[in-house]
Amino acid sequence: MSLIIGRPHISLKNLNVYYGHLQVLKNITLDIPDRQITVIIGPSGCGKTTLLKTLNRLLDSVEGVRVEGRVLVDGEDIYSPGVEVTRIRKKMGLLSQRPQVLPMSIYDNVAYGPRIHGLKNKQQLDQIVERYLRIAGLWDEVKDRLSEPASRLSLGQQQRLCLARGLAVEPEIILGDEPTSALDPQSSQNVEKCLLSLKSQYTVLLVTHILRQARRIADYIVFLYLGEIVEHGPAQEVLNNPRDPRTKAYLSGEIS
Amino acid sequence: MKWRFLEEKIFRAVMIIATSLTALILILIIGTVVVKGFKALKLEMIFRLPQGGYYFGREGGILNSIIGSLQLAGGATILAFFFSLPIVFYLNYFSKSKSIWPTLIRFSLDVLWGVPSIVYGAFGFLLMTWFGWTASLLLGIITLALLEIPIMSRAMDEVLKLVPPDLLEASFSLGATKFETAWKVVIRQALPGILTAILIAFGRAIGDAASVLLTAGYTDNITTSLFQPVASLPLAIFFQLGTPYPEVQQRAYAAAIILTLIILLISYLSRRITRRYAKHLVF
Ligand SMILES: Nc1ncnc2c1ncn2[C@@H]1O[C@H](COP(=O)(O)OP(=O)(O)OP(=O)(O)O)[C@@H](O)[C@H]1O
Ligand SMILES: [Mg+2]
Repeated sequence: MSLIIGRPHISLKNLNVYYGHLQVLKNITLDIPDRQITVIIGPSGCGKTTLLKTLNRLLDSVEGVRVEGRVLVDGEDIYSPGVEVTRIRKKMGLLSQRPQVLPMSIYDNVAYGPRIHGLKNKQQLDQIVERYLRIAGLWDEVKDRLSEPASRLSLGQQQRLCLARGLAVEPEIILGDEPTSALDPQSSQNVEKCLLSLKSQYTVLLVTHILRQARRIADYIVFLYLGEIVEHGPAQEVLNNPRDPRTKAYLSGEIS
Repeated sequence: MKWRFLEEKIFRAVMIIATSLTALILILIIGTVVVKGFKALKLEMIFRLPQGGYYFGREGGILNSIIGSLQLAGGATILAFFFSLPIVFYLNYFSKSKSIWPTLIRFSLDVLWGVPSIVYGAFGFLLMTWFGWTASLLLGIITLALLEIPIMSRAMDEVLKLVPPDLLEASFSLGATKFETAWKVVIRQALPGILTAILIAFGRAIGDAASVLLTAGYTDNITTSLFQPVASLPLAIFFQLGTPYPEVQQRAYAAAIILTLIILLISYLSRRITRRYAKHLVF
């Protein structure tokens, strides 16, 4: 097993997740390195989305879910009673499989997070909106139409808007659930570029089923199979010299 | 000919018959009202109070009833909204998933929807006698609000069910609370449907005679206090139709035209407003 350089940002300890009687995540123990891009790969239905939703507690609102084990973020167990869910979620920006813009203008989408967290000052909001739209590489395309409905943007633009919106609450962690799967190649590339530029400041955790994407951007790879972690380690190691036969099979396209 | 094609033909015929029958009846109703009331329909109907010594007014206008109806239905709609919105938020976002309450509440609302409005009127009347009140605008508003709440909340309930769950997750993942999500995201997304629900409830209230008959009373003047009796268009129509004088009956039909026009105007306006907001919706 390889060592993680520096302290882990997120630690999972013996995590089990059940939907009713169905156990979806099995005894997951994993350290996610700080300020690197960790990519989770694995076949469809193996529990990748569930794992992400466990991290920001979006799973709370699903009926009949049970979570066992510990999830430590910055050393704090986010499932211990008394923890404020909104504060945990504020630490993480989520990019979903399909971009989901809010039913309001482009500007209001980005300002939504800061506003609910109490920022009212118009000038500061303007600055935040511009800063994060720039980071998401969208500013030049939308600067003249900030008051237009966000739903008029193209899908690729919407996904970058979602990124800007997530960054605007100033999270430490970015969770991406196959964020490029609904996008065309050019938009995917844009989103990938954004994520790469962000890793100096954020811990990025990305789910993908595109192996080439994993090769392009991953520092650290986790291979999830049927709810279990089969193998994890630095990207080069796992991708080039997988130890487990199941990882080998997945990487060579025999299981998908 | 194959059965599948015959099936298609029969179904088409049934659809056409049902639609055209409904349209025909609607045209007949509106046609009768217009033909019978057209002669009495003068501009002064809208701008003047009843004149001529009769309680129901042989001359002058029905301004008292127009304003009274707007006061009653407007007040009741606002009141009902402040009850319906929390109800549907609870039903959709705040109830525990295993709780039996949402099912029970939806069931009661459905039952209340079907209760005839005279029963609401009788209930208001009971309140009145218990507390020693008199017929008044306030009591009329309360009674109509009771009539509106099931309609408005069930209609809004159906609308909220259509809000995509991913949208809620997007808001939650930014650290929003359930309330913030409901208030700032759900309402916007559901706005056209919510407006429609409000409009349906308003339409039901402004057209209802039985619930105001015993609770709101009637007056020849414009009501300026919540505690005075108030006139209303349905009652004006009801009373005037009940007289033996053809010229007064004619005025009843004219009042019916005005009531219909008010409802038309309001649904037109709400559609305009809805369209302004609909551009923000996401799917
Ligand atoms: N709300 C739910 N209730 C019950 N079972 C669920 C629920 N959500 C997901 N599952 C099940 O949990 C398992 C893991 O689902 P999950 O969405 O985490 O997979 P995934 O790895 O993200 O798959 P994909 O690559 O297709 O997105 C699947 O078998 C799925 O059917
Ligand atoms: Mg998934």
